[in-house]
Amino acid sequence: MTEYTPSTAGTLSKSDCLVVYRPSKEPVSVTVRSSVGRLFGRSIEDTAKSMLGVFGVKTGLLEIEDDGALNLVLSARIETTLRLAGFELNISLLERDRTFSAAKIQREPSAKQLPRRARLYIPGNQPNLMINADLFGADTLIFDLEDSVPPERKLEARILVRYMLSDTHLFRESELAVRINPIDSSCGREDLEEIVNSRPQAIVLPKCESARDIQVLDAELARLEAREGLPLGSILILPLIETAAGVLAAKEIAAASPRNAALCFGYEDFISDIHSSAGERSLRSASTPANHDGEMPHSSSQPEALLAKQMIVLAARAAGIDPLDSVISDTEDKEALRSSCEEARMLGMSGKAVIHPVQIPAVKSAFHPSEEEIMQAKAIVEAYERSVVEGKGTAALGDTMIDVPVVERARRLLNDYRIGD
Amino acid sequence: MTIGSGTDMEWKTNALGRAIPLEIEGRKLVPFAGAFADPTGAAIAASKDISTQSGKKKLRPVPWRGKPDKLTKSWDDLFDRLDIHDGATISFHHHLRDGDAIVLEVVKRLAERGIRNLTLAPSALFSVHDALVPYIRAGVITKIEGSMNGAVGAACSRGEMPKTCVLRSHGGRQRAIQDGDLKIDVAFIAAPCADAFGNANGLYGKSACGPLGYPKPDSEYANKVTVITDNLVSYPCLPWAICGSNVDYVLQVESIGDSSKIVSGTTRLTRSPTQLLIADLTARFIEAAGLMHEGFSFQAGAGGISLAATVFLAERMRRAGVKASFAHGGATKVLVDLLKEGLLSSIVDLQSFDLDAVRSCAENPSHVASDPFISYGPRSAGCVANMLDVAILGATEIDLGFNVNVVTHSDGLLLHGIGGHSDAAASAGCTIITAPSFRKRIPIVREEVTTVTCPGEVVDVLVTERGIAINPRREDLLERAKKAGLPCIKISELLHDVREITGAPELPRFKDRVVAMIEWRDGSIIDVVREIESI
Repeated sequence: MTEYTPSTAGTLSKSDCLVVYRPSKEPVSVTVRSSVGRLFGRSIEDTAKSMLGVFGVKTGLLEIEDDGALNLVLSARIETTLRLAGFELNISLLERDRTFSAAKIQREPSAKQLPRRARLYIPGNQPNLMINADLFGADTLIFDLEDSVPPERKLEARILVRYMLSDTHLFRESELAVRINPIDSSCGREDLEEIVNSRPQAIVLPKCESARDIQVLDAELARLEAREGLPLGSILILPLIETAAGVLAAKEIAAASPRNAALCFGYEDFISDIHSSAGERSLRSASTPANHDGEMPHSSSQPEALLAKQMIVLAARAAGIDPLDSVISDTEDKEALRSSCEEARMLGMSGKAVIHPVQIPAVKSAFHPSEEEIMQAKAIVEAYERSVVEGKGTAALGDTMIDVPVVERARRLLNDYRIGD
Repeated sequence: MTIGSGTDMEWKTNALGRAIPLEIEGRKLVPFAGAFADPTGAAIAASKDISTQSGKKKLRPVPWRGKPDKLTKSWDDLFDRLDIHDGATISFHHHLRDGDAIVLEVVKRLAERGIRNLTLAPSALFSVHDALVPYIRAGVITKIEGSMNGAVGAACSRGEMPKTCVLRSHGGRQRAIQDGDLKIDVAFIAAPCADAFGNANGLYGKSACGPLGYPKPDSEYANKVTVITDNLVSYPCLPWAICGSNVDYVLQVESIGDSSKIVSGTTRLTRSPTQLLIADLTARFIEAAGLMHEGFSFQAGAGGISLAATVFLAERMRRAGVKASFAHGGATKVLVDLLKEGLLSSIVDLQSFDLDAVRSCAENPSHVASDPFISYGPRSAGCVANMLDVAILGATEIDLGFNVNVVTHSDGLLLHGIGGHSDAAASAGCTIITAPSFRKRIPIVREEVTTVTCPGEVVDVLVTERGIAINPRREDLLERAKKAGLPCIKISELLHDVREITGAPELPRFKDRVVAMIEWRDGSIIDVVREIESI
């Protein structure tokens, strides 16, 4: 007879629940304490019982302390608890039982050429931050399993992310990506193993340092796509370069897989990796709230990272994909965000990561072409097409000759942002 | 003796020996009996029997010459002179909010004096007043008229209050006092600044709270009026929000409350992305609907969404070069800054929420203190709320008919007062409810609300993070919102979407007993709250 271990998952915070399993020889029973007990007490108990059935739990006590967790969060926490206790997951049994089954997910693969102006990072183990994440207009949502999740919580986070990705009521608009743990760790592989069947559209690979990292991930994805019956190559990769070695290998990384949809830069890890004193500066300014008043001038130009950013831009553009900039961690500082976006655009970046939804509108509009640029692009395309129709060898707008690359850039601008639809 | 022409008149001699006819043109005349005899009887009857003065302002005997002695020496001296009996109704205001120390002090002392069966008539209660629950269980308080919040409301829901309570809006409370539905034996008015005559305001002193308008009807109609202050100034205390001519006694105490909780001082913009999203949609709607025109007016509370909506609306006003004539309701630093900037011409303030608002109310003539009759009075020839173009209000629930609940939660527990909600909703040109479509797992949009506090006929728009639902009666608003590309959604679709996320909640189980009545502004009963079944 199998020995089961006492286990626990989840937290006692808003929209979450704490689930505890205590093995015993007694027939299995469930206790529920909930801040929404009068309204959902029976539903919580029903969910618990059906999960116990799926896992074939016959003995022991399941205790649930709930603060308004949605059914999918509750299910994720119960599943984690039971798996930690030593019960086996039978995915097909689970799929049959669940209302939000992965098999029912109607989600098209994402397009490589999508604008990814603002990509929002969401901690992968905080249900209250995840539930409304699709409403804020981010081009890409990234559920994070890496830095925002402590090692002892990795399993419950990846199970929670799997359930979130399966919920098509909560997530309909933004592209859905997951930042897994580095691929050379067992943790990174376990992340993939868990989440691929819920159809993430892209995987963000952190600490990416070589073409091999991408190839390993590509192969893993191919294996899992085949296992889950998903179209081969449908899950995209967003490599995250955040070390010196990664920057130097950017060219090879960018070209390592047709799944690559963009190259992302990670500033904070990068400056730490190169031993830059800029990290000390940002620590100082974080402890000096007065920096909004201009006492401490912003150094948004980040000279310590300029070369890295340029190398990433070159590598990405050479491979025909978009380079994307890092985050601004001070979410209150609108001016720093604005100037940082402007500079990134000037360097050739196509987007920026954000860590709070308030940053999204500013980032989207910074990377969205201005009215003036759109008018200019339309005029260029029109002038060029007129010259083709008229059989002229060259096109001109006013006194300026229009080169073919200029026309292409204008077309891409109109196309990327679906202007004219 | 021949005086005048009416030889058939009957005459009597008054205290000065002058002959006075007993009747002239149908009026029975009362002969003068001395400067302070006051022999007409009206005031005497009034002071003996409170029931004779329903709907009339309090009458008192003509005062003796010279300075009245109203200043009591101590709490005991005050209570000896007040002579409160079992079954009395005592009233309080809520300007000191969570910092109030007077409600508990008075109830504690009355309990020590063996008084029982009190009716409490506060304009609102806060969590500091959760400490009243033991007095409810001990039979000291057996009924509440006005507002119940937190633990007191929950106790009422559980059936711990022997009598049936009454919930009223701020305007409804003023009307009930004016109409004589709510008869107050003693009004206890905590005052941050007062003189020994009883003139009082909330503008100055360590417990300054800004306006002091909510107890005004109490001061005019209650049988006995007491001002309690921790800042006794020399006569006259100016301005007098409470007029000493209505005040019987004054008591000086060490402290009337905790100033750090009277004015919270924090008006930092919410960081909740969902609240910010709702606030942004609200501001966009107001502009798109054409409500944000030159000289328009608005009311928005001090909650997270309302405050952020005010900030976003101001950004739109700045961009469009539009100025508002006034803002109404609770005042905050956000509004004070708009007043200083010139985006607002005035603030009509019922309640200051922070020190900036208190200071502005004291110093800026365009920041005027109001009272519930002027702001919300149902029996007025129009109140300030009638002049509002838009009111932004909250809700615990809203249903398919746009009926709103602000007092009970979906689990049936009574946890909030009505405040000015019904008054603003029923008076403003456009009433907008802002709320998340679900809180934790609890849907805000319901097929039917648990308790109706405000009828859908005066609710125009619901703004949630999952779209804007517009009352079908307001086709004009719907058309404009759609034209502006705002995310409009039918309220039934919203209900469905939210259900998909949260699941369907069970309905709360109630017993038959009615524990509280919800009075509409005019005194009619819009709904009742039943005792909840224990689980």
